[in-house]
Amino acid sequence: MDQLNDIEKAALDALASVVTEEALQAWKTAQLGRSSPLMQVFAGLGKLSKEERPAVGSAANRVKVAIEAALAARETEIKAAALAKSLEEDALDVTLPGRTVNVGRLHPSTQQLRRVLDILKEMGFQVYTSREVETDEMNFQMLNFPLHHPARDMQDSFYVESEGRGDNPILMRTHTSPGQIRAMREYAATNPQNPPPIRIALPGMCFRYEQITSRSEMQFNQVEGLAVGEGITFADLKGTLSDFARRMFGQNARTRFRADHFPFTEPSAEMDVECFVCGGKGCSVCKRSGWLEILGCGMVHPVVLQNGGYDPKRYSGFAWGMGPERQLMLRYKIDDIRYFWGNDVRFLEQF
Amino acid sequence: MKLPISWLKDFVDLDGLSVEDIARTFTFGGLEVEEIHYAGLPMPKDAASNEFKTSGIGWDRDKIVVAEIREVKPHPNADRLTLLDLFDGTQEQVVLTGAPNIFHLKGTGKLAKPIKVAYAKEGSTIYDGHADGLVLTTLKRAKIRGVDSYSMVCSEKELGISEEHEGIILLDDDAPVGMALVDYIGDAVLEVKINPNMARNANVYGLARELAAMTGRDLRSLPDFGGLKGGAGNFAEIEIVDPQLNPRFVLGLIRDVEIKPSPYWVQRRLRLAGVRPISNIVDATNYAMLELGEPLHAFDYDVLNERAGKKQVKIITRAAQDGEKLTTLDNVERTLSSMNVLVCDEKGPLSIAGVMGGAESEVYDASKEILEAKAIEPKEGEPTMGKINMRGKSTTNVLLEGAAWNFINIRRTAKQHNLPSEASFRFSRGVHPALAEMGVRRGLQLMAEWSGGKIEAGLVDNYPLPPKESVVEISTRDVKRILGIELSAQEIASLLERLEFKCEIRETIIDTRKSKNELSNIEHRISVTAPPYRLDIGEGVVGVADLMEEVARIFGVERIPETRLADPLPPQVGNPAFEWDERVRDILVRLGLQEVVSYRMTSPEREGRLAAHNEYARIANPITPDRNVLRRSLLASALEAAEKNVRAESLELFEIGPIFEPVKNDLPRELPRLAIVLTGLRAATSWDVKDSPALDFFDLKGRIELLLAGLRFVDVTYAPTESVAYLHPGKAAEVKVNGQVVGVFGELHPLTKEKYELGARPVLAAEFNIETLRALSPAYGIVPVAEFPPVYEDIAIIVDESVAASRVEGLIRQTGGRSVSDVRLFDVYRDEKIGANKKSLAYSLTYQAADKTMTDAEAAAIRNKIVKRLEHEVSAKLRS
Ligand SMILES: [Zn+2]
Repeated sequence: MDQLNDIEKAALDALASVVTEEALQAWKTAQLGRSSPLMQVFAGLGKLSKEERPAVGSAANRVKVAIEAALAARETEIKAAALAKSLEEDALDVTLPGRTVNVGRLHPSTQQLRRVLDILKEMGFQVYTSREVETDEMNFQMLNFPLHHPARDMQDSFYVESEGRGDNPILMRTHTSPGQIRAMREYAATNPQNPPPIRIALPGMCFRYEQITSRSEMQFNQVEGLAVGEGITFADLKGTLSDFARRMFGQNARTRFRADHFPFTEPSAEMDVECFVCGGKGCSVCKRSGWLEILGCGMVHPVVLQNGGYDPKRYSGFAWGMGPERQLMLRYKIDDIRYFWGNDVRFLEQF
Repeated sequence: MKLPISWLKDFVDLDGLSVEDIARTFTFGGLEVEEIHYAGLPMPKDAASNEFKTSGIGWDRDKIVVAEIREVKPHPNADRLTLLDLFDGTQEQVVLTGAPNIFHLKGTGKLAKPIKVAYAKEGSTIYDGHADGLVLTTLKRAKIRGVDSYSMVCSEKELGISEEHEGIILLDDDAPVGMALVDYIGDAVLEVKINPNMARNANVYGLARELAAMTGRDLRSLPDFGGLKGGAGNFAEIEIVDPQLNPRFVLGLIRDVEIKPSPYWVQRRLRLAGVRPISNIVDATNYAMLELGEPLHAFDYDVLNERAGKKQVKIITRAAQDGEKLTTLDNVERTLSSMNVLVCDEKGPLSIAGVMGGAESEVYDASKEILEAKAIEPKEGEPTMGKINMRGKSTTNVLLEGAAWNFINIRRTAKQHNLPSEASFRFSRGVHPALAEMGVRRGLQLMAEWSGGKIEAGLVDNYPLPPKESVVEISTRDVKRILGIELSAQEIASLLERLEFKCEIRETIIDTRKSKNELSNIEHRISVTAPPYRLDIGEGVVGVADLMEEVARIFGVERIPETRLADPLPPQVGNPAFEWDERVRDILVRLGLQEVVSYRMTSPEREGRLAAHNEYARIANPITPDRNVLRRSLLASALEAAEKNVRAESLELFEIGPIFEPVKNDLPRELPRLAIVLTGLRAATSWDVKDSPALDFFDLKGRIELLLAGLRFVDVTYAPTESVAYLHPGKAAEVKVNGQVVGVFGELHPLTKEKYELGARPVLAAEFNIETLRALSPAYGIVPVAEFPPVYEDIAIIVDESVAASRVEGLIRQTGGRSVSDVRLFDVYRDEKIGANKKSLAYSLTYQAADKTMTDAEAAAIRNKIVKRLEHEVSAKLRS
């Protein structure tokens, strides 16, 4: 009996200094292996007397269970310690930068054009594109800018060299409006007696003879809208453009209309949207006024309708024009318009 | 147009309207106020959040007052300074000044007639007169050369009225001493933008009329011209050669005019309106022009008499002859052309009509030469006053011209001679001939008041071509149809009558069967006659639109309701070409490319670096010499974009847009193109990526393959090409889709690359005709996904260098047929052991049966067939 107590004590004492998986295996062999003192006790049971055997046997079993329990407990401890160690060793510097992938982007102007056109398409305005180099006739005369008219001062043009064209020189379009004439004529040609209604959006690059500075560019995008039909009113214009403004600038965007002048619309107006930066309180973006000038609009001038093949006594319509780059400048607080065609990727990759 | 509020007040009662209310009313009515300049009147409390751009100052009513100088005394310690005995209405003050315009009174004792001045007391805030620009300062007590100074008499600059700081303001004699200066001359100036349709309102009276109409107030009538209405004058004759050029010409005469400065209130108003006061005569012409909109021209009648040899003065107006010469009053000899109109006498030209006077016949006063010399040069493009010389005599007789001119001629003349002026600004936008007479009468009246001259009875008036009276018919239905508002005929008429239109309402019976929306068969039509100050109301449908604009403006654009389109939605047809380009953009962006957008204008030199073209659509008026043609190569644009980003480690750029192919004397062809440029490292350098390989030919080709696959093209072939001069002859390929060439790509030729600053790494470039691509049909259907397991096998074959990989792959696919579902080249290997001019191509093949599991034996059989074919066709050897 004392021998068994000694075996147990010796085993547990030895276990105290075991800290590795290997040492634990060695200890297990030493304490529970075939030649271990405990197993020797079991092996010697047969030699004991019948009287002694049960007591020694049960005592040996108790010691075996105790040693095995200690083994299991230590095994768990050692595994946990090993795992903790390996987790610690595997730790990363999570502040190192992540691995990037090469991301492609659309030019910000393309992105803005899409925002605008997506809304207009949902409102039933279809995209109509036309050429960038135009005749004076299409760019001005058909749009009620007569030759030598003061209204032409508002849009200085780049001319393309040509000869013998008289009062119809070739020029870079100053607005997408010649597309209005082209579209109306195309639509009207399908049924000259009863031309169909029109709702189109005209996006594209336009050109004005202006020095390139932080505030003015010789080239810029424009999106115009045109609706022509029987019974389209100025009230419809206001409703449609306010709808557009809510889609574009937020559900609570307020609008206001001021009378203005454009040769190809009459009456004409300017639409302001409440400044979305300051909510109308006044800030540097809206120049303290609380309002942002967003677009010019008006009822299509009867001369323009006529030139497009629509009888102004029967048809009416409205048109408006706006600048995606200007919208971007307001939206992202871009203070230099030259960024747009500068093609510096450090600018482009911010969108 | 600079509009002083005080002047506006002459014609409309402004009670209850703040300066900002007035500005807002104008702005909403189509006369945008671009800036408010406060010259005395109180600025709004929180100027920072004002809805208008503002400048100037408001004057403290307790601190800035009218005062009188009673004596000008010398300063004990400074010769240039004087001490003023001044009375501010409550107290006597001693004020120090260096003002030159009272210096001559120094030491002359008590003044017989005290001088009225603008006096700023201690603590007032005014502008620093000596500072450059406008710097606010507050008056504090200080000792200047031993004398206490705490207040001052002010110049116009110090009070924000003008830039004038040559002397102090000398108020008119009737200025009430002690009155707050703001109550006496406090003002604000609205800078009103005059759009072409508002040309008639480039004057105080026109703007007053608009304000009255929009606020429902009364417009005061013009000043009474008194006894000026006498019959025809006989002091001159007028001959008009071409009434189309000169529909009316009016002359008035005033005798014994004493030329001297105008009263201070006149000078102040002119300066606020942006016009420099010169003398009472010149000021009267300018004042009348600013007030009524009719530019006037003053001639020295004695000079004309002299030229006429003491006979009757005869004025002739006619087109100039080409090459005719006239020295204008700025002493420039101008060579004229037939588009210019001249005012002449029988001896020759006197002035360029409506634009600038001639030097000889100007009213002249030698004493004013100094002022003349100081004339501020106009800023480019800004209208300025015609400068007027004066020829010294104690009194002068002045012949005053008011006329109407063809606006196109004036416009072209002012442009041709680069002579923008207040007069040509107005005449080139059209001035109604009715104003010619009114202007002359007003001008004469002002001259008489300010110069003591005597107006000669009657006018000489030649009016061969009165404008056609403009009468337009509109109806209540027009207003409903165009504006979307229901107004009665009376309401419409009363809106228009506020702008002096004459309206006559008639009831007409209409045929209701023709228009389904009519409830009544009675329509109210209004016959509207345009007032005699407007030339802008058209005929017929144009006239209707012109009147709709007026109804909308006076009714209030803001008051028109917002409705949704009720008109039927047109058929929705989309825009396939536009949508196609957008799809190409999307795919390229997915592949990691950045879109750029370049200028359409370039120069042959810029583009010549890539490819030389002889023919270009050339810009006739380029803004810079390096943007003088329309681009013919989109790739050149994209390469320039890459060049701008040369410091970037890696660039993958594309642009989609038109190039312009010239057509002689016609519109150029606009051809849509796609350009791609790749250069730099394949992977960005980072803490665990050190030596990334550079992007090369196959990086570009891979993207092109993915682009075309993304567009669902399957019949795509690549062939080497040496025909593209700017590409490396051994690293260039032509792409065909469905057998049609759609583009080329490759590595930039070393000689081309040298011309760009693009760093050391290869530059890959592609140019596609996306118009051709758009027209090609994409694949129909999909490749079924195999159900049974395939067999994979790698084979390596050795072929001559000259055998293209695409040929080998083609043969493998052709021979394998449907049983070989994939062929992937995974290695290209060259080695001495293989032999000179040989290469090893290693392929990974996938053998696949559609209806069962492919066995190794079956795969081996197919492979043997392929190898035999390759041996036969391209002398390939299987590498063991
Ligand atoms: Zn704001």
